[in-house]
Amino acid sequence: MPSIIKAEKLGYYYVKYSDDSENPELINAIRSIDLSVERGEFIAVLGHNGSGKSTLAKHINALLVPSEGTMWIDGVDTGQEEDLWKVRQKAGMVFQNPDNQIIGTVVDEDVGFGPENLGVPTDDIWKRVDDALSKVGMLGFRDRSPGKLSGGQKQRVAIAGVVAMQPECIVLDEPTAMLDPNGRKEVLQVVRDLNKQEGVTVILITHYMEEVVFADHVYVMDGGQIVMEGTPREVFSQVDVLKSYRLTVPQVTELAYELKTAGVPLPEGILTIDELVEALC
Amino acid sequence: MGEITLGQYYPSNSILHRLDPRVKFIGTILYIVSLFLVNSWIGYAMAGCVLAVLIGLSRVPLRFILRSMKPVLFILLFTMIFNLLLTPGDVLVRFWIFRITREGVSLAVRMGIRLAFLVMGSSIMTLTTTPNELTDAMENLFAPLSFFHVPVHEIAMMMSIALRFIPILVEETDKIKKAQMARGADFESGGLVRRVRSMIPLLVPLFVSAFRRANDLAMAMEARCYHGGSGRTQMKPLKYSKRDFIAYAIELAYLAVCIIFKVRGL
Repeated sequence: MPSIIKAEKLGYYYVKYSDDSENPELINAIRSIDLSVERGEFIAVLGHNGSGKSTLAKHINALLVPSEGTMWIDGVDTGQEEDLWKVRQKAGMVFQNPDNQIIGTVVDEDVGFGPENLGVPTDDIWKRVDDALSKVGMLGFRDRSPGKLSGGQKQRVAIAGVVAMQPECIVLDEPTAMLDPNGRKEVLQVVRDLNKQEGVTVILITHYMEEVVFADHVYVMDGGQIVMEGTPREVFSQVDVLKSYRLTVPQVTELAYELKTAGVPLPEGILTIDELVEALC
Repeated sequence: MGEITLGQYYPSNSILHRLDPRVKFIGTILYIVSLFLVNSWIGYAMAGCVLAVLIGLSRVPLRFILRSMKPVLFILLFTMIFNLLLTPGDVLVRFWIFRITREGVSLAVRMGIRLAFLVMGSSIMTLTTTPNELTDAMENLFAPLSFFHVPVHEIAMMMSIALRFIPILVEETDKIKKAQMARGADFESGGLVRRVRSMIPLLVPLFVSAFRRANDLAMAMEARCYHGGSGRTQMKPLKYSKRDFIAYAIELAYLAVCIIFKVRGL
């Protein structure tokens, strides 16, 4: 069985026309990215604004097609026009702004939008919608207008909309950036449950360090390239390197790091409060 | 800005609410046609009775239906006055340069009744049908036009997206307005020209944001495999039930009666 997501020497260029100069600029959003994700993994991609992480995410869903190199989703080349809808069904995508990705005027209609596009028979659409809404814990809100929901609830509806398409993997492009802390917690819990219980491969793109602690594997991007990768513990043990990419580590890790440099004997890469308590007492 | 109700849907569970939107749409058109078919007092009386029965069945309070007359009140009075004053015939009253004639009175009253019935009749449809149901009905009824390359599905999709985004954009306008008022913008004082001009700084950010939203939404729709109407199934397809066929039968019977009235010159 092939890897669910595989990228080889992926590069993407676009031409930028600035207001003042006549000459268009060639911008290199991502370059020479190699990536291989196995089924059921929880992957986090970290990066500062403009690091190319969103561009990478859009390649997984074939919203962007590589300028060079190749991207395969479940063995299907995203550059092939005729396989476009197959790729988009396999790799669902959740975006940052909850208001701008909800199409339906009622929650269940929105969740049904994807299956409708796939040409699923009406009875099956209802089954899929019920199933997807219960997986994200929004079944009780099915008749509501999306406008009346909280940010976290809207984002859960958006996730249900993707789940109803029965994808192999879900790409979440900063899904919590516009949410309050409670909304962030809700959304992350749903994402983790989907990964653990349903075995859906998750690619979480974020700049909140706290969200990647549970990932199996972390990639750090800067300037369009992958600059660090490893388990969260491996990545977060290199506090100085992370800081050079304008990223901060979780508060606990930062505290442990400061204590360690001040001479307290602690192990590398502490990720949670419990671990720090354990190590200190 | 508080609750924004779209269209003027009045939620209830009456028989009219439960009818298929296509039945209501066609019924409304037939009713409007009938108003221009009949030209006699007995015909108007019949149309009035039908309207009264429909209002009763809809369980929408009468004041909601009368409220729908407000926007057209001016046109209504305008038409009536013109018909009243400018129709030649047997003079009843004469003052200054105007003559009110028997024919004028009759025509003005007929015109008034027609317009009032027309507006009330169509408002029963919009009061008992959600904008979404209406869009669905239109998509379904106009589907044959796609044979002539009319993008029926796309137009319906545009309508329903517009309906979904109106409240969001209204909210956004409010936000931009407040942000600018906080920085000293003045939207309330001055004459009409000044007030309209003060809206320009409001429209620019609103348009920018609307385009950005449109872009995001288009991407989200593509990500969920949207590729137009072909090969698409529906989650909530419109389905006729027995009562819808009965309603169609009643509509046809009504139209037949109107045609008979017309032919017999009643």
